[in-house]
Amino acid sequence: MDGSAILARLRARLGARALDAHERLGDHTLVVAREGIVDALAYGRGDAELRFDMLMDLTAVDYQKFPGREDGPRFDVVYHLYSIPHNHRVRLKVQVEEDDAWVPTATSLWPIANWLEREVWDMFGIRFEGHPDLRRLLLYEEFVGHPLRKDYPITRRQPLIGPKV
Amino acid sequence: MADKSARELFLGEGGIPGTGDGSQHLYVNLGPAHPAMHGIIRIFAELDGEVVVKGEVEIGYLHRAFEKDCEAGPYNNAIPFTDRLNYVSPLINNFAYASAVEKLLGIDVTERCKYIRVVMSEISRICDHLTCVGASAMELGAFTVFLYMIKAREFLWELVEDVTGARLTISYGRVGGVKADLPEGFGIKVRKAFAEVRQVLREVHTLITGNRIFMDRMVGVGALSAEETIAWGITGPLLRAAGVAFDLRRVQPYWAYDRVEFEVPLGKNGDNFDRYLVRMAEMEQSMRMVEQGLERMPGGAINVDFEGREIPVDAYVDRGKQGHTEGLLLLPITLSPNLRGQERPAYTQVNVADKRVVLPSKETTYGSIEGLMNHFMLVMDGNGIRPPAGEAYFAAEGANGELGFYVVSDGTDRPYRVRCRPPCLPPVAALPRMIEGQMIADIIPTFGSVNMIGGELDR
Repeated sequence: MDGSAILARLRARLGARALDAHERLGDHTLVVAREGIVDALAYGRGDAELRFDMLMDLTAVDYQKFPGREDGPRFDVVYHLYSIPHNHRVRLKVQVEEDDAWVPTATSLWPIANWLEREVWDMFGIRFEGHPDLRRLLLYEEFVGHPLRKDYPITRRQPLIGPKV
Repeated sequence: MADKSARELFLGEGGIPGTGDGSQHLYVNLGPAHPAMHGIIRIFAELDGEVVVKGEVEIGYLHRAFEKDCEAGPYNNAIPFTDRLNYVSPLINNFAYASAVEKLLGIDVTERCKYIRVVMSEISRICDHLTCVGASAMELGAFTVFLYMIKAREFLWELVEDVTGARLTISYGRVGGVKADLPEGFGIKVRKAFAEVRQVLREVHTLITGNRIFMDRMVGVGALSAEETIAWGITGPLLRAAGVAFDLRRVQPYWAYDRVEFEVPLGKNGDNFDRYLVRMAEMEQSMRMVEQGLERMPGGAINVDFEGREIPVDAYVDRGKQGHTEGLLLLPITLSPNLRGQERPAYTQVNVADKRVVLPSKETTYGSIEGLMNHFMLVMDGNGIRPPAGEAYFAAEGANGELGFYVVSDGTDRPYRVRCRPPCLPPVAALPRMIEGQMIADIIPTFGSVNMIGGELDR
């Protein structure tokens, strides 16, 4: 199925919950409202025409300093889906505000979402509601802040942890 | 504590009276720095006797802010960081990142560059598989296999060194091309090295494929069904070992993969033994691809049109104003020998002809004012490569599975966001699932077959 047909099929299912769709550089993207994302993922995974059986990647982007997005929703949570039977891809996005930074979890659909969501929480501080074990993945529990946020300076040092000698 | 008998201490107290059962679960830490962990990772195992009841994996010990660092510099500055993602096959990372930025820029690299990328990626893939199989075999007692495979890898690393000038931190890829052309007589060297590698693979097959000890440790161990492998997002040899024919080089060909013939080896059971067989078979396929790539690589096609041609002054002015400045007023420059492969004819062959993206060759930079200006325009802060605002996801078949780069541009010369989809994160996440219910000794071959690479796992 080609990209625009995928987008059309997802839009037909989601209705008003599909906010925007575009195709750039050969990648097809659908922006989904937060309350529609789990349905979009589950439908994409189960539907025989789409069969997005693989959650390739789940990440986020902080648009705080992006020209034209300074006032808009701060974060994009980005899902890259791939279908092995149909060999096609799609990108889904959910936009969330900084003071309301949460997205429903996809762990019930794919076990790998567990670690990927933990990484997003770790790096961006976006919560995944319903996640069974939302701990930091790469950093340690004592780390303060979320380093991939644009307002986290790259030069900031964190205190050393561990037993004092 | 003191009044406990040794038996109680080790076997636990309580139990159901009269059954002789007095056992409790034992918690064992493997790692972060354990001789059997090829990298720094911690596996926390809950044991019932020798059986793993529950495993928990902790990662992040090698986290060094790869994605944050990429945002701090211009696009090409991220190339050395990508070397250090999968440091066993760094060339694939280089090229995959460069291709993601090229996709963002909307440019297409030259035909010869595509072939070079295929050839060098496949050599890298063989190195990766050799390391993985060799190290896992060593941990199962087959030390000879490890030595043989490292010897074979050495021959391949010599090829890599010959092309890139380095063995591990090669930084050979560039946005828009590669650093330098292949050296003289590369094909002959490849043939010699591959003869050695094939010999080693034959020896290893004779030594361990079918070997009783090896089979007992590998067959049926660490297995995942195809459905589960997909649900865990696992790609690469582990997925193919479960019988799913997903190989990006085949299903979504990039570079020149659609012009070389190869097979996608598949397993059936998804266990450690099938993963081993898939990797062994893939090495042979990679060698086939390299040989075909070198054979079919378009040669010649050197841009002699603009070279050394006397152009009348008026034509010069007009052409210069129109931006056709190549070959005009060019001083002869002698290059240092360590820039071998970057002479202008070779350089233009492997890089796109796009002044916005690729640095001019050194002769052009030092031999003409236009070249010098072009060079400065690309390296000055705030200039350089400036893709239009947007985003692109490019996936390449890494040695461990889908290696994806998701690059977001805000229109400046620095990437706004670089995300690396690490191929070995999903299998490490699924590791508890693979080891639970099996013997503690089975952790070793299973962990070996996952081929965890700390650099890309922790980034």
